[in-house]
Amino acid sequence: MRRTDLQGIYVMWLREMKRFIRAKSRIVATIVQPLFFLFILGFGLMGASFPGMQGNYIHFLAPGIVTMAIMFSSMFTGVSVLWDKQFGFLQEVLVAPISRLAIIIGRTIGGATTALIQGFIILAIALTLGVSIGSFSGFIITIMMMVLISFTSVGFGLIVASKMEDFHGFQLIMNLIILPLFFLSSAFFPITDSLPFWLKTVSFANPLLYMVDGVRGAMTGMNSLLPPLVDLGIIFLVCVVVMGLGTYFFSKTES
Amino acid sequence: MEIIKTEHLTKKFNDFVAVDHISFSVQKGEIFGFLGPNGAGKTTTIKMLTTLLFPTEGTAELSGFDVIKKREQVRQHIGVVFQEPALDTELTGRENLDFHARMYGLSAEIRKKRITDVLHLVDLEDKKDVLVKNYSGGMKRRLEIARGLMHYPTVLFLDEPTLGLDAQTRRAIWEYIKKMNKEENTTIFLTTHYMDEADYLCDRVGIIDHGKIMVIDTIESLKNSVGNDVVTLSCQDTMALETRLQQESWISNITAHDEFLTFGVEKGDEKIPTIIEIARTVGIPIKSINVRKPTLDDVFLHFTGRMIRDQEPESRTEELRRIRRRH
Repeated sequence: MRRTDLQGIYVMWLREMKRFIRAKSRIVATIVQPLFFLFILGFGLMGASFPGMQGNYIHFLAPGIVTMAIMFSSMFTGVSVLWDKQFGFLQEVLVAPISRLAIIIGRTIGGATTALIQGFIILAIALTLGVSIGSFSGFIITIMMMVLISFTSVGFGLIVASKMEDFHGFQLIMNLIILPLFFLSSAFFPITDSLPFWLKTVSFANPLLYMVDGVRGAMTGMNSLLPPLVDLGIIFLVCVVVMGLGTYFFSKTES
Repeated sequence: MEIIKTEHLTKKFNDFVAVDHISFSVQKGEIFGFLGPNGAGKTTTIKMLTTLLFPTEGTAELSGFDVIKKREQVRQHIGVVFQEPALDTELTGRENLDFHARMYGLSAEIRKKRITDVLHLVDLEDKKDVLVKNYSGGMKRRLEIARGLMHYPTVLFLDEPTLGLDAQTRRAIWEYIKKMNKEENTTIFLTTHYMDEADYLCDRVGIIDHGKIMVIDTIESLKNSVGNDVVTLSCQDTMALETRLQQESWISNITAHDEFLTFGVEKGDEKIPTIIEIARTVGIPIKSINVRKPTLDDVFLHFTGRMIRDQEPESRTEELRRIRRRH
């Protein structure tokens, strides 16, 4: 990789940072929305208990909300390529002597950084609500997962952005695909044998399940279906595939 | 020295041929313009030359680098100002320039110096720390031109540099373009559908219509090719009068359009009585007649058989919407 490519990565990252810090409304929106879920669902369903659930409902819910915050924020970064397309800035980047890969890497790292900042803010708030971190090694695995989840989501956003012309399609995908998948990810209720067979099958085919389950297992050390390291492996594979596809589609972009 | 050289460059979008086997070259240090109506293939040509679109057929070289095989080197040598703004409006003017310079691998020292230089060139020094979203249209355009120059490009592409700007700003932009051509010795390739712009700026012009180059020459020889003076007259039966006038050896390049006849003559003032006399003998009353020095409009009419203005009744917003839809 040449020096201009490193500069390109840095520029793309710096740009995400500057835009993130300046877009106050975006910060508020992406942090407040998960907090709504955390507070309203968390306290609303405080007394509820699900079969096979250990501890308080808020302990169960918090990892899912942290995952959601990271995922949505990163996906937004990926899809924001559409903005650049519409406002013409993409052409400026594409005509520069840096490789498409550098553009993608920079953007992904930038998106991941902002997403992790938001994830940690939610996590910190969750900790004040009594959620506790299971172990130090678990915490390290949690961070690794958060990074991978973020990369995957940026990659997914890039795929969507290269296939779409405007934002209506993105809204549709969010509402018709991501939201249902998120409901089936065990973020809000545990996936157990008591669920209808089809629902359980769909859940296990859902990559989001392993992300939420992994973060939950690694972070709180309880309520997880699979050992965190197995989840980590699956998350890694999904990440590689999605990032690969995202890179492929983006590099095909003609302006 | 040839900076740009194309041979049979062609771009097809499905069945539509946007650019049709064009061959031309641009010399070092000149201001070369593509003049043609909207949809003539100007932007598509620029996109191929700047590596954003792959040609369907033919070749193009920039500073000796093939635009398909040596994309990175080509990109290193060019600056581009796109038809539609390509700035990050959430960043300041200085940041836009700084990011650009980094992507082109300029060192910290040169970056700083160069930002000051180009901001000075386009008079935006006092606005450099303002977010671009608060800039006016003219300021954005100037910033883009400045940005295109940041990395000392061998050639700067300007796609419709003054589209939609007011008369005063256009003048100013023209001055900047002349200035940088002179002071930085930058070769400039621009496209425009404004006759006055091509006339004022370009050393040589290529007239392009329906994806084909009709003619390439200096402004001077293009105008001379039409005739020393241009006469335009209007009458009822243009066909009959055209046939009659074609018999006169002193009349050249006669073209009929709507109810007008346009042709070139020597010493136009003295020929008017003769022309009126001829019209009277064939019994066609002339409604109006005028003589003037040839303009690029006449050149365009001569080579394409129509006026470039015929395509322009659409409003500015429609024009922009159409441009946007194309991308």
